[in-house]
Amino acid sequence: MKITRAEVEHVARLARLELSESELDTFTVQMDGILAYVDKLNTLNTDGIVPTSHAVPMENAFREDTLKDSIGVENAVANAPKHAESFFRVPKVIE
Amino acid sequence: MEIFELTLHELHEKLKAKELSCVDATKAMLARIDAVEERVNAYITVTPEEALKEAEAADRRIAQGDIDLLTGIPVGLKDIFVTKGIRTTCGSKILHNFVPPYDGTAVARLKERGAVILGKLNQDEFAMGSSSESSYFSTTRNPWNLEHIPGGSSGGSSAAIAAQEAVATLGTDTGGSIRQPASHCGCVGLKPTYGRVSRYGVIAYASSLDQVGPLTRDVKDAAIMLGAVAGYDPMDSTSVNTPVPDYLAGLESGVKGLKIGLPKEYFIQGLDPDVKKAMDSAIELYRSLGAEIREVSLPHTEYAVATYYLIATAEASSNLARYEGVRFGHRSEAARGLTEMFAKSRAEGFGSEVKRRIMLGTYALSSGYYDAYYLKAQKVRTLIMQDFLKAFEDVDVLLTPVAPTPAFKIGEKLADPLQMYLSDIFTIPVNLAGTCGMSIPAGLSAAGLPIGLQLIGRPFGEQSILNAAYAFERETDWHKKKPAL
Repeated sequence: MKITRAEVEHVARLARLELSESELDTFTVQMDGILAYVDKLNTLNTDGIVPTSHAVPMENAFREDTLKDSIGVENAVANAPKHAESFFRVPKVIE
Repeated sequence: MEIFELTLHELHEKLKAKELSCVDATKAMLARIDAVEERVNAYITVTPEEALKEAEAADRRIAQGDIDLLTGIPVGLKDIFVTKGIRTTCGSKILHNFVPPYDGTAVARLKERGAVILGKLNQDEFAMGSSSESSYFSTTRNPWNLEHIPGGSSGGSSAAIAAQEAVATLGTDTGGSIRQPASHCGCVGLKPTYGRVSRYGVIAYASSLDQVGPLTRDVKDAAIMLGAVAGYDPMDSTSVNTPVPDYLAGLESGVKGLKIGLPKEYFIQGLDPDVKKAMDSAIELYRSLGAEIREVSLPHTEYAVATYYLIATAEASSNLARYEGVRFGHRSEAARGLTEMFAKSRAEGFGSEVKRRIMLGTYALSSGYYDAYYLKAQKVRTLIMQDFLKAFEDVDVLLTPVAPTPAFKIGEKLADPLQMYLSDIFTIPVNLAGTCGMSIPAGLSAAGLPIGLQLIGRPFGEQSILNAAYAFERETDWHKKKPAL
C-alpha cells in the first residue's frame, strides 16, 4: 500500500475537504493506484538535475508601484454569498 | 453555402464586401445553435442579446470603414475565461453563480477587434479531464457520433466548431485540452508556447502549464485567432515580451527542405491502427512535398504522464484553495463554524475529479512527501524539456499522433482515472516542455471518427508549425469534412 485510509483522511483535512465515508474508500484505492503508477519516476536517477518550476526562463517581473483604478469595493463584494456593506460575512470564528 | 458553414477568413471577406452584415452572421450562428444544441450541448451559457448588440456595434464600425479580421466574427469562449457581466462557471457547481467584474486579456483583445461573443462553452470542471464529462452542467456530445465524447477539457470549444455553432473558439491547454478535443472533433487546435498568450482572466488550473489558444475550422483561421490574442501583457507576469509575428505572412512557404522529426517513442506498438494509418499517409505526403523525415528520440516520454499528474495536481491544490465560500461561489448552508464552512462548501461545490486532484496535489506537497513526489517530478520535467531541446537541434518540427485512439465512448473511462489520464500521453510532454503544438485534421477512422495529427514546434515557433500545417491542409480535404448532424 502506498497510502492508507488514515493518511487520506489527514490529507482531506489539510485540503479542507469534507469527504464522505464512501469517498474516503474510493479515493484510498484510486490514490494508491495513481501513486503506484507515479513511482516509476523513482527508476530515474535525477542526482544533480535542477528542478524546473517554469518552462520559460524568466526573472522577477517588476513594475512601477503606481496608483491605478481597481474594481471597487461594490464589485469586490458583489459575488460574495453574504456581505454587509464593504465586508464579507462569515460564520463565527470563535465560539 | 450556409452562413454558419463559412470559415473565419471567408466570413471576413463577405463582411468586408458588405455581402453580409455582422447582425446577419450573428443571427445565422444563433439559429444554428438553436437547431443543434439540444443534441450537442456545447454551450453552458448562450448570450444572444449581448451578441446582437456587439454585432450591431461591429456593423457601425464597418460602416465607418473600420474593419479588422475579427470585426463581426461570432466566436465562443470556453467557460474558463472570465467575462464581465456574463456568468463564468469553469464547469463547476462551486462557481455556478459567479459573474465576473472584468474581462480577461484574451477576451478583451477579441472584443477590441470587434469579435462577437456568442456564449460560454462547456468543459471539464476546472479543465480537469479529457472528455468534458466532469462538467457539473451537462455532457457535451461529439457531433461526429453523439455516443462519443468530444474530448476535453475544451470539449465544448471543439464540439461547437464541428457542429458549426461558432466560427472560432478559444480554449485552454494544460495537458492537451485544446489539441485532444480538436483531434477528436476534426478541427484545428493550437496550444501556443507558454508565455505567448496572457493568462490574465483565465481561471487557473496548473499555472506553470496552462496556456490559451484557438480552435478553428482551418489553419488560416488559427493563425488569425492566435495573432489576435498573442502578445505581452503586464497583467500576467509570465507573459513573454517578444514581438508577435504576422502568422499569416509565411503560410504558403511550403515544407521543401523542412526537417520533420518522428519521435520513435510516439509510434509505439498498440497505437490504434486507424491512427497509425493516418500518420503514415501524412508522413508520406510531407515526404512527397519535399520535407526531410528523420527519426528522433524523446527518451523520457514514458515518464511524462506521471510527472504531469504530480506537478499539475500540486499547482491545482494551491490554486483551488481560493474557493472557500467567502468571496464568491457556492457556500454551504449546513456549516456551523468557519473551518467547517470551508470544508463543507468545497465538498458540496467540487465534483469528484477535482476533489481527487486536490487530494493528490495536497499529498504531493505535504510535509514528508514534497521531495519524493513534487521535487522529483520537477527534476524529471527538466529531463523532458532537455529531450525536446536536443531533438530540435536536429529537426525543425516534430510530427506525432495527438491521441492514441479516436474519441472513446461516453462513460467508457469514468471508473478508472488512470486510464483517462493515459489518453493524454502524446500531448502532456509539450506542456511540460512549455513549447507549442497543434492538432490538424488528418483522417477518419473506419467508424467515421476524426483523427488529428500533432505538429510540435520550438519554443515560440508557432509560425513554423502553422506553415507546416497549412502545407498539409492545402493538399488534403480532411478539414472540409463535416459530421452529419
